[in-house]
Amino acid sequence: MATTDSTSDRSTSDQSTDLTELEAGLDALETHATSRTPIGQVLLHRVLPPVTAIVLVLAAWQLAYVLEIKEDYQLPGPLQVWDTLVDQWYKGTLFDVIWTSVSRGVLGFLIAVAIGTPLGLLVAKVRFVRTAIGPLLTGLQSLPSVAWVPAAIIWFGLTDSMIFAVVLLGAVPSIANGLVSGIDQIPPLYLRAGRVIGATGLTGVRHVLLPAALPGYLSGLKQGWAFSWRSLMAAEIIAHSPDLGAGLGQLLETGRAYQDMPLVLTAILLILVVGIAIDLLVFAPIERYVLRSRGLLVTR
Amino acid sequence: MTPTALVKTPAEGQQQAPAVEYAARFSHVSKSFGRRGEQQLVLDDISLDVEAGSFVTLLGASGCGKSTLLNLVAGLDKPSAGTIEVPGGRPALMFQEHALFPWLTAGQNIELALKTRGLPKPERRGEAERLLELVRLKGAHRKRVHELSGGMRQRVALARALAQDSQLLLMDEPFAALDAITRDVLHEELTRIWAETQVSVLFVTHNVREAVRLAQRVVLLSSRPGRIAHEWQVDYPQPRRVEDAAVASLSIEITEHLRGEIRRHGHH
Repeated sequence: MATTDSTSDRSTSDQSTDLTELEAGLDALETHATSRTPIGQVLLHRVLPPVTAIVLVLAAWQLAYVLEIKEDYQLPGPLQVWDTLVDQWYKGTLFDVIWTSVSRGVLGFLIAVAIGTPLGLLVAKVRFVRTAIGPLLTGLQSLPSVAWVPAAIIWFGLTDSMIFAVVLLGAVPSIANGLVSGIDQIPPLYLRAGRVIGATGLTGVRHVLLPAALPGYLSGLKQGWAFSWRSLMAAEIIAHSPDLGAGLGQLLETGRAYQDMPLVLTAILLILVVGIAIDLLVFAPIERYVLRSRGLLVTR
Repeated sequence: MTPTALVKTPAEGQQQAPAVEYAARFSHVSKSFGRRGEQQLVLDDISLDVEAGSFVTLLGASGCGKSTLLNLVAGLDKPSAGTIEVPGGRPALMFQEHALFPWLTAGQNIELALKTRGLPKPERRGEAERLLELVRLKGAHRKRVHELSGGMRQRVALARALAQDSQLLLMDEPFAALDAITRDVLHEELTRIWAETQVSVLFVTHNVREAVRLAQRVVLLSSRPGRIAHEWQVDYPQPRRVEDAAVASLSIEITEHLRGEIRRHGHH
C-alpha cells in the first residue's frame, strides 16, 4: 500500500531553483514573439490594392464618357463631377449638408444602440421573449426600411421625428440581432467559469456575458450603422420640406429635380464616401483592437 | 465567505480553529440524468469526506462521473439524492481548459475573481500581483491570455481559483492537455502551493501516476454508475516525482484495480 522510505536527498531550495529555471525555460520556449509589420509592407498590402481599384474604376468611367455610351447630360465624366463637387464646396453649403446627414445618422444610430442593446439582451436571455419576437426581429431586418417612409410621414409628418423613426426601424433589429447571435456564440465554458468565480446576475452580464459577446455585437453594430445610413438616405430622398434641414439625400433629390446629373453623382459619391469613412475610421479600428487583444486576428 | 488570508501561518491556524474538520462531505450522493422512465444513473451512493487541508484525488475511467461529481460540489448542478456539505462556502473550480477570459489580461482575470469575492478595489491590484507571484508569474499582470503558453495559462487559472479564497479547490483534470514536462512542473507547483496555502484539494483525473504523485488519498471510482470502488492512503512524503519507485509501485497496484473495474464492463 503506502511507502514511507524516502529515496530523495535533494534539498528543497535546490529543487526550487531548478524548478524556477525549468519553468522560465518552458515559458520562453512556448511564448511567441509578435512583430509589427513595417510601413512599406503596410503600404504595399493595404493601400496599393484599393488605390488600384479606384484608379481602374475612374479609368473605365472616363472611357465610357469618351465613347459616349450615354448622352453626356446623362453620363458626365469624372472631371465634370469633380468640378461640381468643388463648386458645391465653394458655395459653402456642402459641409452643412454633409453634417446634417452625418449628425442625423449618428444620433439615430446611437438611439438605435440604446434601444437595440437591451432588446437584444432580452431576446437572447429570456426564452419567452425570444420565441415571441425573435422571428419578427429577423424578419424586420430583411424589410427594406424605405417601406417605412410613407407610414412614418403619415404618423409624424415631415419632421425630424419621422426621419429618426425610419432610421430606428432600420437599425434596431440588426443591432439587437447582432447581440443575440453574439451571445449565442459564447463558448459555454466562459459562462461556467463566470458562475464558478461568482460573477452572477448583473456582475455576470457586465463582466462575462457582454464582453464575451462583444465580437458578435460589434458586427451587429457595424451592420446597424449601415442600416441607419441607408434608412436615413431613403427618408431624406423622399421627404422634402423647408422645415427639414437639407442633407445628402435632399441634395441628391435636388439634382434629380433639376436634371443635374453631375450633382446627382456627386451626392451619390458623397453618400458612399461617408458610409465607407465611418466604417473605416470608427468600426474597423475597434474591431481590429478587440480581435487582436483576444488573439483572434490572424495576420495574413 | 470570510476574507481570510490565503497563506496561513501556524499561529493563525491555531487562532481560528475550524469548527468542522472537513472541507466537503458527501452523504449518499446519487445523480441520474435523462427523463423519467429512461433515467441513467451516473453516480451511485457516494459517501466521502474531504478532510480540511487534505489533498484527495478522484480516479476513474471515462464514464465514472468524475466531472459530474465536481459540478455537484461546485453548485453547477444538483444531486438527485443525498447531500453535499461544503462548509467553507462556494468552492473554487479549475477546468481542463484554462477558461480564462480572453478580453481581460492575466491580472484582470484574477482581479475579477477578487471583485466577486468582495475585495475592495484598491486592494485588488496588490493581491493579484501576490497571487501571480505565488504561481511564479511575476510581471505577467498585463499579459493577454493568448500571449501565454499552455502551462502559464493554467498557472494563471490556478491563481484565479486561489483568488476566490475558498477553503476547497476543485480541479477537473487541469493538466490533462499539457505536455509531460510542463505537467511535471505544474505538479511541483501545485504541491508547493497546497502546502503553503492549506487549501483542501479535490482533484479529478484518469491518470493514475498523477493521482499518486499528488494526493494524500486516492479514491477509485467505478464506472457506470460511479461508485467508490477502493481507496488508498499515500503516506510517501512530498516532494514526490512521477518517476519515484514508490509512486510507480503504488500506481501499478492501483492500475490493476482500475483495469479490473474497466474489464467488468466488457462482460455485459
